Amino acid sequence: MIITAPSFHLSSIGPWLTLTIAAIVILLVDAFSPKGRKGIFPALALVALAVAAWQTHCLWGKAGTDFSRMVYLDNFAFFFYMIILLGASLTVLLSPHYLEEFGKNLGEYYALLLFATTGMLLMAASAHFIMIFLGLEIMSIAVYVLAGLFREDPRSNEAALKYLVLGAFASGFLLFGMAMLYGASGGTLYLNELAAKLTSYVTLTRPLTLLALALIIVGFGFKVASVPFHMWTPDVYEGAPTNVTAFMAVGVKAAAFAAFARVMFEVFPAFTVQWNMILWVLAVATMTLGNVVAIAQTNIKRMLAYSSIAHAGYLMVALVAANQLGAVSLLYYLLAYTLMNIGAFGVVILVGRKKDSYLNIYDYAGLGFQYPGLAAIMALFMFALAGVPPTAGFVGKFYIFSAAVKSGYIWLAILGVMNSLVSVYYYLRITVLMYMRPAEADLGPIPFTKGVTFAVVLTAVGVLAIGIFPGFLYNLAVNSVKIFPGLTG
Amino acid sequence: MQLPILSVLIFLPLVGIVPLLFLDQKNDKVLKGYTLALSLVEFLLSLRLWFGFNDAYGGMQFVERHHWLPQYGVSYYLGVDGFSLLLILLATLLTPICVLATWNDVQTRVKEFMICLLFMMSGMIGVFVSLDIFLFYVFWELQLIPMYLLIGVWGNPARRVYAAVKFFLYTMFGSLLMLVAILVLYFYNAKVTGTYTFDLLQLYGLNVPFHLQFWMFLAFAIAFAIKVPMFPFHTWLPDAHTEAPTVGSVILAAVLLKMGTYGFLRFNMPLFPEAAHYFVPLFCILAIIGIVYGALVSMVQPDLKRLIAFSSVSHLGFVMLGLFAFNMQGVQGGVIQMINHGLSTGALFLIVGCIYERRHTRLIADFGGLSTPMPVFATIFMIVALSSIGLPGLNGFVGEFLILLGSFQVNKLYAAISATGVIFAACYMLWMFQRVMFGKVTNEKNMHLKDLSWREIGYFAPLLLFIVWIGVYPNTFLKKTEATTAQFVAKMSKAKGEKLTLSHLVKGEAR
Repeated sequence: MIITAPSFHLSSIGPWLTLTIAAIVILLVDAFSPKGRKGIFPALALVALAVAAWQTHCLWGKAGTDFSRMVYLDNFAFFFYMIILLGASLTVLLSPHYLEEFGKNLGEYYALLLFATTGMLLMAASAHFIMIFLGLEIMSIAVYVLAGLFREDPRSNEAALKYLVLGAFASGFLLFGMAMLYGASGGTLYLNELAAKLTSYVTLTRPLTLLALALIIVGFGFKVASVPFHMWTPDVYEGAPTNVTAFMAVGVKAAAFAAFARVMFEVFPAFTVQWNMILWVLAVATMTLGNVVAIAQTNIKRMLAYSSIAHAGYLMVALVAANQLGAVSLLYYLLAYTLMNIGAFGVVILVGRKKDSYLNIYDYAGLGFQYPGLAAIMALFMFALAGVPPTAGFVGKFYIFSAAVKSGYIWLAILGVMNSLVSVYYYLRITVLMYMRPAEADLGPIPFTKGVTFAVVLTAVGVLAIGIFPGFLYNLAVNSVKIFPGLTG
Repeated sequence: MQLPILSVLIFLPLVGIVPLLFLDQKNDKVLKGYTLALSLVEFLLSLRLWFGFNDAYGGMQFVERHHWLPQYGVSYYLGVDGFSLLLILLATLLTPICVLATWNDVQTRVKEFMICLLFMMSGMIGVFVSLDIFLFYVFWELQLIPMYLLIGVWGNPARRVYAAVKFFLYTMFGSLLMLVAILVLYFYNAKVTGTYTFDLLQLYGLNVPFHLQFWMFLAFAIAFAIKVPMFPFHTWLPDAHTEAPTVGSVILAAVLLKMGTYGFLRFNMPLFPEAAHYFVPLFCILAIIGIVYGALVSMVQPDLKRLIAFSSVSHLGFVMLGLFAFNMQGVQGGVIQMINHGLSTGALFLIVGCIYERRHTRLIADFGGLSTPMPVFATIFMIVALSSIGLPGLNGFVGEFLILLGSFQVNKLYAAISATGVIFAACYMLWMFQRVMFGKVTNEKNMHLKDLSWREIGYFAPLLLFIVWIGVYPNTFLKKTEATTAQFVAKMSKAKGEKLTLSHLVKGEAR
């Protein structure tokens, strides 16, 4: 028996290889180098991410599949590569000093971060359900460990354990859904074949397909923190190290949405009515619960956790719209969200100091006039998250709600904007505290370490820049979603 | 190349913030002086609009247009017509006055205060000159932030946060509904004409079926009615006014509230003319309730600022009544009354600011007999109070008279009831004046109050000048709005046509 190796191009998965190799190198350097050379890891990670970004840039415009049709090469994937790589790089910038305070500036942290990023890239480019699952697991397992990085801290342990148990459970749902799909389609899990197969015996396989659809929505719903699969989010976000929280909030969400959108648009176009209905309800529930509960939070990380739930709801509105504009808005919003959220978490790290001793929102009281620059930037992020122009957050919401209106979901748009109104309340509260309340105690010196400051300033500039000049990204995003011919308008 | 005057007006204050950042925080006179100079330059530049404005042309002038997000049909599109011209000048006139008024008033965080003020200025001008709905929306939201900070940071410590958040949430509520309506309009236009555009003038030409107009009109109207504020959306206003610093109240009353009435004039009515006609009774009745209710509630306020705030509700009811008359007199009266209210109420808040600065109280009961120690102040106060009441020869009369004239032609009952508002205005204003200024000085602390300084007289002078000017010779100003109003009235009367009833809405017929 002759086994012919299918032809492939390593360059197609260049970014994955770079990150994986870099992660292994970091682990080796960590093992064999004398102590006291920790500074090199963040630099290595950043270089690797930069190289991966450059490789993505070179891949831009390619179309097709590779590795026996397992990997997609298309701009949709590459756009997500950029978002994920950006999120990971910014996370690396946030990390060294913060981890140093806890004595955890370890090689493995950066290695795990790069592994998780690799998993995310995989998810964005998977052309097969097994690949999605592989990507999901590579990402998730690394993130479970990252969440428990501070192993002396019970909350960090709780976060890791909770995430692991519930995450494994959700993966099970996803796998079960895939298995049913395999049956329903008559034996294929290639995304581009499924749609046709699922419709060919539709009368016979319809119940099975619908069950698979529901299970898959559960699986993805867990990863994007959609209600009612959001229970883990606040505890995990609060307990995990702040930089990991930032990474989870943006990276995991972006990767999950990449796969989620691809599956919905590519595999289930014939069932759009059904998944639209489900997601409509989930989106409204997610937005509303996230925003309403966020009002009651006094821990800033918990507040941002609930806000991230709410943002998942907005992003699901983009999915429900199921038109080209909706897909464009998904891409744009995830990028904007990455910038806003990592920026906000950067400020949380700066203000948190001394092993996160200032995480209560009342610790922000009086910040406005003791550290005007920092407070102004935080206010910018808060207004951006609330969707006030001229920030990226506004443009993103504008795109999302226009997509909804365009598809005729006017009530969904109204519920969405009313939710932004609710969110304004708790985002404003941070600015109220910063500017309108006197400091309860002297805030003490805030160490403006280079990495975090740079990340925060960069994201702030980014939030304004893509908010005022959204045209370039809009074109890129339009270019990226052309791969879904089913999406019009 | 011609100077893009409108862009200059919008961006000069923003650019002017940059040097301000590097000035010394402690040297507050330098900060204030710099802002004063900048706002004066802005005012002088805005005079170019006045002198370059072609009175006979009713369309948009000084038009600037650049692509912003062409894929989406969003452009940076600015222009001025008779409606916006006066409001822009009001904004640029008031800003230097406000800076002068803060000279001794604001002592803490001066730099931030001035930044907010300049930020505010560009936001206000942006709102009035945008001809692209998207751009308008951006400015509309943007000017919320500085006002929110002005109230929240420099306001009255006791309740400022409550007032600031209430102000922000109320306005945001309306504008978010408007955003959805904007999107619906945008996609409807795309469906009908095939072009994606937020260009307001192009959207004017769209013939929207009545059932769509109905909802979109309501969504826009709630946003603007909250801003005006019309009864029953007015409850944020007394709080915001009472808690805001003097200058915040002045800008809020004089310019920000006008954004609401301006919004009706610029967006609601011309975009949805049939619906506008359909809603005349509702809005006229709300306006009349506002007029009478505002006046009655004013009468019993113990706090000077709250009294003036409720009088704003009443005055703006007049403006709305005039605009919904859809005839020359009514609309011109409404527009001129916007300016009048800006001048008189702005001046009234400054007056309260003056005595608040001296006595740190705004309760009417704490005063009495102030005319003895402060004769100059008493004179100015009297003139402004009379102008607010609508005494012939002063500006208030012109606006209210025209409005009543316009509304009388449409519905005699409306005019008759709202005329009582003028009488009530005399009651609350004169009674307040009497309690504050006349009689014996009962409170010892008031015995030796200083009269107005030259600086204070300086900033009242231009306001008084215009109060008298509009009162005596309103034609200077009416002339500017005439052509635009004529065009507006013609458009609205064309849409009047057949009477619309609810059954049209149910059946979804155009007309």
